[in-house]
This record gives sequence, C-alpha cells and structure tokens, in this order.
Amino acid sequence: MKTLGLTATALSVIALSAGGAFAQSRDQIRIVGSSTVFPYTQAVAEEFSNQTGAPAPIVESTGTGGGMQIFCSGVGEQTPDITGASRAMTKSEYDLCVQNGVTDITEALIGYDGLVMAVARNSEADWNLTLEQVYLALAAEVVQDGNLVANPYSNWSEIDESLPDVAITVMGPPPTSGTRDAFVELAMHAGCEENDAAMALAEAAEKKSDWVKENCSRMRTDGPFIEAGENDNLIVQRLNTDPNALGIFGYSFLYENQDTLIDVKLNDVDAEIETIASGEYPLSRPLFFYVKDAHRGVIPNLQEFVTEYMSENALAPTGYLAERGLVALPDDERSELQARVTSGEGEFSVAE
Amino acid sequence: MTDLPDNGRASDTAWSSDAFKNRLARRHRKELGLKLLGLGALTLAFLMLGILLWTLISGGAQAFRQTHVTLDVPISAQMVDPADPAAGNYRGVIAEAMQATFPDAPQERMRALSGILSNAAQFVLRDRVVADPELIGQVVQIRVPTSDTYDQLNKGNVNEASDESTRRLNDEDIRAFRQLEAEGRITLPFNWALFTNADSRFPELAGLRGAIIGSFYALLVCFLISFPLGIGAAIYLEEFAPKNKISDIIEVNINNLAAVPSVVFGLLGLAVFLNWFGMQRSAPFVGGLVLALMTLPTIIIATRAALKAVPPSIREAALGVGASKQQVVFGHVLPLAMPGILTGTIIGLAQALGETAPLLLIGMNAFVTSAPGTPFDASTALPTQIFIWADSPERGFVARTSAAILVLLGFLVLMNAIAIFLRNRFERRW
Repeated sequence: MKTLGLTATALSVIALSAGGAFAQSRDQIRIVGSSTVFPYTQAVAEEFSNQTGAPAPIVESTGTGGGMQIFCSGVGEQTPDITGASRAMTKSEYDLCVQNGVTDITEALIGYDGLVMAVARNSEADWNLTLEQVYLALAAEVVQDGNLVANPYSNWSEIDESLPDVAITVMGPPPTSGTRDAFVELAMHAGCEENDAAMALAEAAEKKSDWVKENCSRMRTDGPFIEAGENDNLIVQRLNTDPNALGIFGYSFLYENQDTLIDVKLNDVDAEIETIASGEYPLSRPLFFYVKDAHRGVIPNLQEFVTEYMSENALAPTGYLAERGLVALPDDERSELQARVTSGEGEFSVAE
Repeated sequence: MTDLPDNGRASDTAWSSDAFKNRLARRHRKELGLKLLGLGALTLAFLMLGILLWTLISGGAQAFRQTHVTLDVPISAQMVDPADPAAGNYRGVIAEAMQATFPDAPQERMRALSGILSNAAQFVLRDRVVADPELIGQVVQIRVPTSDTYDQLNKGNVNEASDESTRRLNDEDIRAFRQLEAEGRITLPFNWALFTNADSRFPELAGLRGAIIGSFYALLVCFLISFPLGIGAAIYLEEFAPKNKISDIIEVNINNLAAVPSVVFGLLGLAVFLNWFGMQRSAPFVGGLVLALMTLPTIIIATRAALKAVPPSIREAALGVGASKQQVVFGHVLPLAMPGILTGTIIGLAQALGETAPLLLIGMNAFVTSAPGTPFDASTALPTQIFIWADSPERGFVARTSAAILVLLGFLVLMNAIAIFLRNRFERRW
C-alpha cells in the first residue's frame, strides 16, 4: 500500500506543479518554422534581446510544413506567435488556420535566399552547367526516343561533350527538407522544361505542368545523387575530400566556406548576392514569416520584436541579416513591406 | 583396464601417435585463431574509439581557447548621456576607440575595423557603464572576444598565402589584426564563455550554460519520477505480486519497453504532454517526463535484479522473527539491494543524458539565448545543443561542436565512474 500511496503522491505533485507552472502567462515570444529562415530569426531574436533587455524569443527550427501545423493549431498562449517559411503559405494550410480560429495573419516576405550548387576549389574542371544538364544528370527518369527511361547517364561528358569526363556525383538534401523541395522546383522542373525531348511528351499530355510535376520531380536513386542528410556542414566536408563531387546547399554555407568551395555557374551565372537578389541566378527563393495578429499587444514585446525584424538595421542590404547571407529586397518593396507588417494592417488570404 | 577394446584405432588414440599429434596441433591452432580473432576485434574497437576521440580532441581543442582583444575605450559624454547611460551610442564609442587605435585608417575602413571585435563588445561596455556611471568621461580598458573570422585567423585556420578573393578577410584586414597583435593587444585565454554563456548566433559568444542547466533540470525531473516509480514497481513485481499469467505478461512487456527506440517515447510525449495536457514546448520539465518514461524500464529491471540478488535466507530470518512482509522489504531487502539499484539508476540516467531524438520532438532544439531559471522555461539540452551547432554554417561552430561533444562525454564518464564507485564500495557478496 505504501508504494501505491507514494505513486499517487508523486503523480499528484507532478500534476499540481505542471498545472501551476503552465497556467502562468508567457513572457517570451515563441517562434517556429523553416530551418532556412531560422538563422535570420535567430539573429533578430538575439539582437532584440541585447538591445531591449527583454527576454529573448524562443526560436525553434521545425521545418516549414511542421511550423505551419503548430502555428495554425489555434490562438492563445500555448501556440507560437510567428512561423518562418521558405515558401508561401498554401491554401490547405490557410484553411487549417482559419478552421482553428487563426484568421488575422500578417505575411512578411523578408528577402531571398540563394540555393547554390558548389564544388571544391581544387576541382580541375571549370564548372558551368545549364539547368537542363542538371535535370539530365539527376532525374530518376529522362526521355529518350520519345519514351521515359531510367536515367542512363553516369558521366557528365555523356550528357554534353563539353562537360568534364568525370562520374556524376552530387550531394544534396533528403526529401524531408524544404531545401530539397526548392531544388526540385527551381532546378529540376525548370531544367525539364528546357529539355526538348521531355517537352515533346509534356505537350501531348493533358496538362503540361502536371506532366512536369509528375515526371520530373523524382531524383535518381541509383548512386550519382547522394542524399547527404539535413546537415549541410557534412556536405561541405565531403566536397573537400572529393574534388569532382558537387553539393547543393544554402548560400550561407558557400559564403562561410569560400576559401575551399566555389560555386557552379548555372546558365552562365555565378552565385553572388547581386545575382541572387536580381533572380538571375536561377535557384533563389523567397523567405517569409507569418505573424499571428491576435497575439500582438497580448504577448509582451511581440509588436516590438516585429518592429525590430522590420527595421532597416536588420533588413537593409547593409543590415545584419545581409551579413548572414539574406539577400535583401529592393528599396521600394522593402519600405512598403515595413509599413504594412509593422502596422499589421491589410488583408491576408491565400488564393486557390 | 589394461586392454583397450580393439577396434583397430588403437594407434589413433595413443598419445604418441602422429594422428593424435595432428589433432592436438589442429586444436591448438583453432584456439590460437579464436584468440587472435578476439584480439583483432578488441584492437578494432579501440582503434575506432581512438579515432573518434582523436578527431574530437583535435577538432575541439581550439574551441577551448578564444582570441580576445584588449582595447582602451574613451567614453565621452557626447556619446553616452550620464542621465541615461543605458541608451548611449556604444557602437559609436567602439568606433571612436578603433579610430584612436588606427589613426591612419580612412573613414570607410572604420566599419571593417570595428568588425574585428565581437558584436558583444558594445553590450559589454554598456553593462559596465550602466553598473558604474562614473566611467563616463574616462578611458576604460575592456577585453572582449574578437569576431569569429579573426579568431580563425589567430588560430591559423586562414591561409594567408591564398588568393585574396578566396578569403573572408582581405590583406588590409589581416594587416590591421597583425598590428593589434604587435601592440600586444591580442590574447588567447581559456574560453570560459563556453561554460558561462548560453547559446548565441555568434560562435565567439556561444556557450553551453543553457544546455547544461537544461540537461540538469531534465535529469532531475527524470530522476524524481522514474526512481520512486521504478523501485515501487520492481518491489511489487518481485516481492508481492503473485506469480501468474498477468505478472508474466507485465514482465515481458517491461523487458520489451526497455528496447523500444527512444523516438517513440518522444512521439508519445508530443501527443500526451504537449497536445493533450497543453504543456509548454521546449521545457526541460517535459523533457524530463519523456526521459523518465524511457528510463523507467531500465530502473525496474536493474532493481529487480538487485532484489533477486539478496539471498532468501535474509527474508526467511526476518519473517522467522515475526516481521511483516512490508518490514522485511523496507527494513532488510531494499537497503541491501540499494547499491545495485543506484548503479542501475545512474546508468539509466547517463543514457537519458545522451538521448537526443525524444527531445527534438518536444522542441528542445530551440534557439534560446538565456539559461533557464526554472524547469518550465524553454531551454536546450546538451545533445540537442550539439545538434544545433553541428548544423550552423559559421566556421567557429565546427570546433565548438566537437568541444560540446567532449563536454557531454565528460559528464557521461563522470556518471559512469560514480556508478562503478558505488558498486565497488557498497556492493555486498554472499
């Protein structure tokens, strides 16, 4: 009986303490969302806390989709105030939000992030690929003689004689990663559309974009494309040991490792801040965050934090986010964004 | 017994026969082969361990020291209003100090020169002035970390002979740093910040304080729940429960639970503690609850083994002099089994300390720049902090990841050493 009593006491103590502690109001901002937006939000959070002395926001990297699920789970202290996203909110996510009472949302496009293909500096070849070549090298199936066949290429030179005669080895993110989604959309689909043989089949299909999505999204799994895990530092290390391997990761990793890595030119364009901002480098994607308007003025410091995120100090091309690799918006777009997001006014909805 | 049965193989079994010698040699060879195989396996294991430790130590050693720069900073009343020292322009104060240190440098170089110092310099200065407003109008000497790129330069990780465009620092930056070095302003002391600071996005400021305290709270909660519950369950099963089908099923299930992958417990915690009970994400308290679920089977199994090891004669003697069953258990059996129970518990907790997957699921991989004050504040734990740092692009975090792993390994070795000590010191043999 004593053990039973002990157990009951222990359980009730836990229940009481948990109830008591979690009932108190939250004084820290909570942020979830994309791992790509994470470093930027992190920077603003730390700067904000240093400047104001307010408790630093808790920033958690959950991935874009996971962040939306938590963000849209309702309004109230148990739910996060902000979520980061490396793509715009989808219709189904918006519906989920509305269904759970999260109707007032402000969307902020904070800038662009470059996805790069890079190679070790000691690589002998001068790498310059077209998106079509990237697609042909990495797709699970390519079109030959009017039929979809398993990707037959094992050397770059088999795709085009001007390319180096080395085996195709590309390390990239796994399917769970937002970076992978972006790469498939920006490189694989675009490359597919540049490929005449594939387009001939696509034209015959009911809807061209559906055909592309269906047949050009799968990366090959027979060796040349290596899923290197979510950890980009690992890819950087492996590139350094294999001069003929290419890697796919965020621009900030290239920027931090420019002494050992060099970008692969895509469609003759180098990956640089300027080319990513202008959209010339084909693999740039927008980064967003979403604020729950119902939490403004309720969660302490949330409004101040959003104001700091929107400040020139952070967002401008000379700001501290740019130092971390964010590609800033053009001046006029930026000032419009700052006014809209800081005030929290303006309608937001997601079209079909 | 002199005549062996004559089956025509007498010569085979004679000790001096060739066949016997051959067989003996073969048996010896086999034994030698087995020994060599065992030795080989051991050598391989030690080699792997050696490689692991060597990469960690060689990679992480640098992170235990941090380049600092000592600077004389004149704090003028123009920059810092004595009436409101907290709102002063400390960035400007630092820039002025760099201007004074490099009088020949042109104005457009000032931004790059200020970049030698960590971003924290202005806040270090602010905190000192706010604590002692008398300093306004004086020259203050501060020693602050350099930013990560210069720290890498000082540690020899930048190839100065390489082409300027392939480096983060250009030749002018390096010259400025060498000038500071020649003036004796650069030092490379032990990196206390690694233990006294919480996480930061700047490698030179990032530390493990939040993670260590977070892990401590999580383990504390884990211990407070799993230890009494585990012992209670084990005592009931071992001493009181009738031996029947139901207790057999429970026993099998507990053994199975001990082998369930930890990520499953994380999912359970996510569904029950966060979604159903509505507890806060990232709290070490929730982490502790999840780890307790994971540790419970280990403790139950260890406790039952320890209880079993107490000889029945002790129980019988106590019962014989009229003690009740409860008196026997709590007065005699449990105290004698305690060393074994404690050893099992500590090993279970050491496992919990290194556990990552369940903590990721309940959000303990958040970026938190302050150490938690209570188990209910958001925080990271040691393994999740390693996870976050391993994924950061800055060079400084590569070494810090290895350093954090070494710190975690240190705690694990310490806990296992305590377990071994307890076992050797208090264990009784009958």
